[in-house]
Amino acid sequence: MDTIYILWHRQVIKYFRSKSRIIGSLAQPLLFLIAFGFGFGGIYQKAGEGNYMQFLAPGIITMSVLFTAIFSGIDIIWDRQFGFLKETLVAPVSRLEIILGKVFGGATVASIQGIIVFVLTLLVGFRPQNLLSLPLALIFIFLIAILFTCMGTIIASLMDDMQGFQLIMNFLIMPIMFLSGAFFPLNGLPKAIEIITKIDPLTYGVDGLRGALISVSQFSLGTNILVLSIISITLLLIGAKLFDKIKA
Amino acid sequence: MPIIEVKHLTKKFRDFVAVDDVSFSVEKGKIFAFLGPNGAGKSTTIKMLTTLLEPTDGEIKLNGFSPSINKDGMRQSFGIVFQDPSLDDDLTALENLKLHAALYKVPKQEREKRIKDLLEFVELFDRRNSLVKTFSGGMKRRLEIARGLLHHPKILFLDEPTIGLDPQTRNHLWTYIKEINQKEGMTVFITTHYMEEAEKIADDIAIIDHGKIIAAGSSKQLMTQTNTKTLEEAFLNLTGHAIRDEEVSSLDRFRAHRGRRH
Repeated sequence: MDTIYILWHRQVIKYFRSKSRIIGSLAQPLLFLIAFGFGFGGIYQKAGEGNYMQFLAPGIITMSVLFTAIFSGIDIIWDRQFGFLKETLVAPVSRLEIILGKVFGGATVASIQGIIVFVLTLLVGFRPQNLLSLPLALIFIFLIAILFTCMGTIIASLMDDMQGFQLIMNFLIMPIMFLSGAFFPLNGLPKAIEIITKIDPLTYGVDGLRGALISVSQFSLGTNILVLSIISITLLLIGAKLFDKIKA
Repeated sequence: MPIIEVKHLTKKFRDFVAVDDVSFSVEKGKIFAFLGPNGAGKSTTIKMLTTLLEPTDGEIKLNGFSPSINKDGMRQSFGIVFQDPSLDDDLTALENLKLHAALYKVPKQEREKRIKDLLEFVELFDRRNSLVKTFSGGMKRRLEIARGLLHHPKILFLDEPTIGLDPQTRNHLWTYIKEINQKEGMTVFITTHYMEEAEKIADDIAIIDHGKIIAAGSSKQLMTQTNTKTLEEAFLNLTGHAIRDEEVSSLDRFRAHRGRRH
């Protein structure tokens, strides 16, 4: 437990110390909120779907959690480049503890980022429907954070350096984000795309968060939690397995 | 009683043999220098001794523990200062040490005092709350030594600890190391390219080249054996004058090796 705690603590300290990184990573969600929110708001309303900002805000929160979580997981590459990884690998602690510390640390940081973005959405006019379901929203934020931090650690375990990062970004992270229903409703899509959206784990995160914040969802609460949990655990096990073989 | 025992240790990267049937032992409380030209197999050996690499063949016993049976027992037995820095630059000196203390399960009530004593020993106590990224190379090395000692290891590995340091800092470092070795009876395993340093500090020396141990003994014995006056001459006599490729990771060498063959 001590190991998990200290590695978690390390990431949280580092997050709060990098003020410029926090502020920098708020620019993108804010831009999306303003550009998409106000840009498509009129059309969305005319199509009879209601208030687009209400629909979009949970998607933007999810997006920022996705990015922060993936980056936190990928941090392992920097740990390797700057040598710190060796310090953890020669320590008499199980590899599982190291990866759990890493995942909880990364997920905590991503969740905090999600909460900050949630506050931003309130400033541009988002109004959650039911304040009582905020704890449920937090649970979804944390689940999304865990899942994608695990995915980040897997990516980091498979990559030697940041060279392949552009590839991962364009072929994995961007599709996950755009095909999750974060920006548009998933009904009435062509069959092929609908299948992809159903495979995309973020779909269940967005749907769950939207359900919690504005009581609109496609899948049931239980389905969303179950899918996110099962994928998280699977990715964690794969991550632990790969991390076991990682070279310092 | 040897505290490190290596028998027939071999490491192959596919068909490239980086370490070839190496055997040696290090007596408890001694300073042991492991010398060799670039790419001779030093780093690969250290990686196997410190559980970072699995041996292809052979036996390692470190403080009675072997990697196939009890890796964590091995890990608890040694401290290491790597050739390249391995500190977290975004944390303070104190935070780096606290992290290490937690990883090595140093008893909570002792942590504070040990950390304070060691920081004073390496003369960094005043800088304990500074971020490591503000430290010079020499300060980082000192901090890494303090960190390596924090869990009271039986063996301290120092992989080219003085590389890139000025003569003042180098001298200082050796003084610390000698002091710990004498006061605590800690076994010290060093690699270095500075032969005068090895000659001055090491009780026993082994020279490795092309993956094999080609000579072992005290510096005096090596000089007598080669009929030379300094360890540097003995070293050159044994390993030849040809300049070796820059040291790269074994895997890279393996790739280069493959490339030449095709």
